[in-house]
Amino acid sequence: MHELKMKYQGKKMAPAFNAFHTFLFTPNETTHGGTHVKAADDLKRTMNTVIMALIPVLLFSMFNAGYQHYAAIDAANGTPRSLSFFENFLTWDNFWIGIIKVLPLVVVSYGVGLIVEFIFAVIKGHEVEEGYLVTGMLVPLIVPVDTPLWMLAVAVVFGVVIGKEVFGGTGMNILNPALTIRAFLFFAYPTWMSGDKVWVHGAVERAGGPDAISGETILGSLAQNAEVSYSVSDMFFGFIPGSVGETSTLLILIGGLFLIFSKIASWRIMLSAVIGSLVMGLIFNQVVEMGWITETSKFYGLMSFEFWKHLIVGGLAFGIVYMATDPVTGSQTNRGKWIYGFFIGFISVMIRVFNPAYPEGVFLAILLMNVFAPTIDHYVVQANVKRRMKRFKNAVVLPKDTDGKAEELKVETV
Amino acid sequence: MSKDIRIKKGLDINLVGASELSTSKAVLSNVYAIKLDDFHGITPKMLLKEGAEVKAGEPLFYSKANEKMLFVSPVSGELVEIERGARRRILRLKILADKTQEVVEHKKLDLVKASGQDIKDALLKSGCWPFVKQRPYDVIADPNTTPKAIFISGYATAPLAADLDYVLKGKEEELQTAITALGKLTPGKIHVSVGASGNSPLSGLKGIELHTVSGPHPAGLVGTQINKIDPINKGELVWTVSPQDLVIIGEYLNTGKFNAERIVALAGSSVKSPKYYSTKIGAEISTFLYASGVNDENFRVINGDVLTGSKSAPDGHLGFYNNTVTVIPEGNDYELFGWNKPVFNKVSTTRALTFSWLQPKKKYDLTTNTNGEHRAFVVTGQYEEVFPMDIYPLQLLKACMVKDLDEMEQLGLYEVAPEDFSLTEFICISKQPHQKIIREGLDLLQKEIG
Repeated sequence: MHELKMKYQGKKMAPAFNAFHTFLFTPNETTHGGTHVKAADDLKRTMNTVIMALIPVLLFSMFNAGYQHYAAIDAANGTPRSLSFFENFLTWDNFWIGIIKVLPLVVVSYGVGLIVEFIFAVIKGHEVEEGYLVTGMLVPLIVPVDTPLWMLAVAVVFGVVIGKEVFGGTGMNILNPALTIRAFLFFAYPTWMSGDKVWVHGAVERAGGPDAISGETILGSLAQNAEVSYSVSDMFFGFIPGSVGETSTLLILIGGLFLIFSKIASWRIMLSAVIGSLVMGLIFNQVVEMGWITETSKFYGLMSFEFWKHLIVGGLAFGIVYMATDPVTGSQTNRGKWIYGFFIGFISVMIRVFNPAYPEGVFLAILLMNVFAPTIDHYVVQANVKRRMKRFKNAVVLPKDTDGKAEELKVETV
Repeated sequence: MSKDIRIKKGLDINLVGASELSTSKAVLSNVYAIKLDDFHGITPKMLLKEGAEVKAGEPLFYSKANEKMLFVSPVSGELVEIERGARRRILRLKILADKTQEVVEHKKLDLVKASGQDIKDALLKSGCWPFVKQRPYDVIADPNTTPKAIFISGYATAPLAADLDYVLKGKEEELQTAITALGKLTPGKIHVSVGASGNSPLSGLKGIELHTVSGPHPAGLVGTQINKIDPINKGELVWTVSPQDLVIIGEYLNTGKFNAERIVALAGSSVKSPKYYSTKIGAEISTFLYASGVNDENFRVINGDVLTGSKSAPDGHLGFYNNTVTVIPEGNDYELFGWNKPVFNKVSTTRALTFSWLQPKKKYDLTTNTNGEHRAFVVTGQYEEVFPMDIYPLQLLKACMVKDLDEMEQLGLYEVAPEDFSLTEFICISKQPHQKIIREGLDLLQKEIG
């Protein structure tokens, strides 16, 4: 391998080859100048940690894809099934649906995304950066399970090129690439991304037929002021319909705690986002309590939804843990992270309630706050600058001695 | 009365190979060398030609910017080579030492009567002046200026750095002379800091403001202490001197002779028996390296500590400011799937399958491997954990990278030196060269604003 690397050095395809090489081996590069030793972490390790936190979610989502499919069929046949974790959730049938529906999403997301990254790396002559490793895993987890693969491919190309590469690649982008991809899908193919059909495998193709099944999410039901038939434990453990990976709050919570423990993701953002969403939820609950809106209001269903339940349905938890904490697009200062996180939670719930067409707001809230993050940071940093300017007023500026005695040392130059 | 400075943010990097507290005399070096890279920002003008005879303490060259600022030879002998690099830039001056040393003797100064200007002149002509450095810009102090204060850090926290309490032992007299002299150069205070748990000879000196410092690295860096004691504002100047250089200054003022002798810590995991050696500035490192023995052939010799030192070789020479020589293994090998394996033998501030947080006291044998490749800045909030100053490190680095002078000023570039960013560079996930970025930022600021 080493000889091959040397052979390709300086050639056009070197970045592409190096990417494979560095995937296999930590490079033999040593420090030159600067510190002579370096800490163990690199970007690959960081990204890999996030992926590890996502693996349980992915596995769960593969089972859940099948479970929701069969549960909806049962429900349509008039025999609603009751959940039994080992008997009808953790089954090969369910997993098979996951393999044929979820795995292709992962493969396409990685395949297309990495091809784009490689092309850009070769054109620009820089190394393939690891940013897409996480994005590629996030994307399949935040789309509806029946998303056509070509659609995903188009969106990934758009997201990586417009969302990231035009800004200069990993580390330079303003918007979270995974959410850019999601937003592209949402606005380009709205019928595939919202409504009451897309969230369960098979619901769309069976629609209108005799074997039609429901593919509605809890938020969707609430937006129509309909009854929610799922229990709190179903919501928390994730046995509900929704985007592929967003349903299991428990596993997301575990992933989040792992990321906080490993110091990879910011606990400040996660905590403040949770607080933000609870505050907004409480405000809405209060509005209902005070009788300011009637039961016929189209917002009634979501507004009266108990405030803490917002965290366990829809994509809020997933967004807070895996998307809002993206260090590149989020706030970069610790104080800014509090503000940034709070507003993500706050605005998410707000959009959720007030958006009649699509009762989910996390991805829009995060994209919005991505745009505002530099502004937040600016004001946080300005506080530091102001402190320095204040100190500057008392600066002791001593004059240069220009009257230095000219005791010239007679020197001769060579 | 002493004042306490407690540093909480930081990281102690415990390395294998700390020097044993015993000093041997190093073999006399045949050839001594002065490296021009040690004097950042100085354009040398030679006073002697190749082949000229010099005495110890005799000027070799002066600074183009100030012809009174002289740089002297550490030994007497023959100037055998002026090594030049690209565009005839002088790299090194090599002096072949005589068997019997002749030393230039200057008139002794009466410290009680001497004015500040007298002291400056005496230091300039003896070659002691380059030991005085200034901030902002981290360069040799301009003798035409007056600093608002002078800072001396007597507490070394860098990995494997020489124990200053040990090497300064018995030098109280020289230190006091130097402090008394420096006291006449500033209307402000001389801030001296010592470790909270140590027993430093510095703590008994008169005419100083004593501070006791505790906490992890970079508590011992003078930049950290300035930031906590009396931060630098735009337009202000502070000077810094390292305590071992104070000894040389003090000895010169007491005797009239420039004595380049200094005790150096030889440390690092590649050294068989790491210990202290007394040698001279510019001595060949091999004169004491092989006395302690090395473990294998694949090692790197560093002039200074592992975070801020410069790469050298066994036939390299001790730097002008260095009191530590570190020798660690080169890490020029590949590691299969090194990026996702659990890591037990390397230091890390995260817990991403890295386990150095389990044993904070464990000593590590780190190599020069970068453990990853250079990337754009991605992760945030990481540097702040090891950066105790009231400065936003990431933002300042970015301001330097885009050469935004206003922002560099506003974010506090005047307060920092490259070494203050050594720890952030060490932990940087993106493996960015922080110290280089800051150095270039400082150079730009100095050029544009002065």
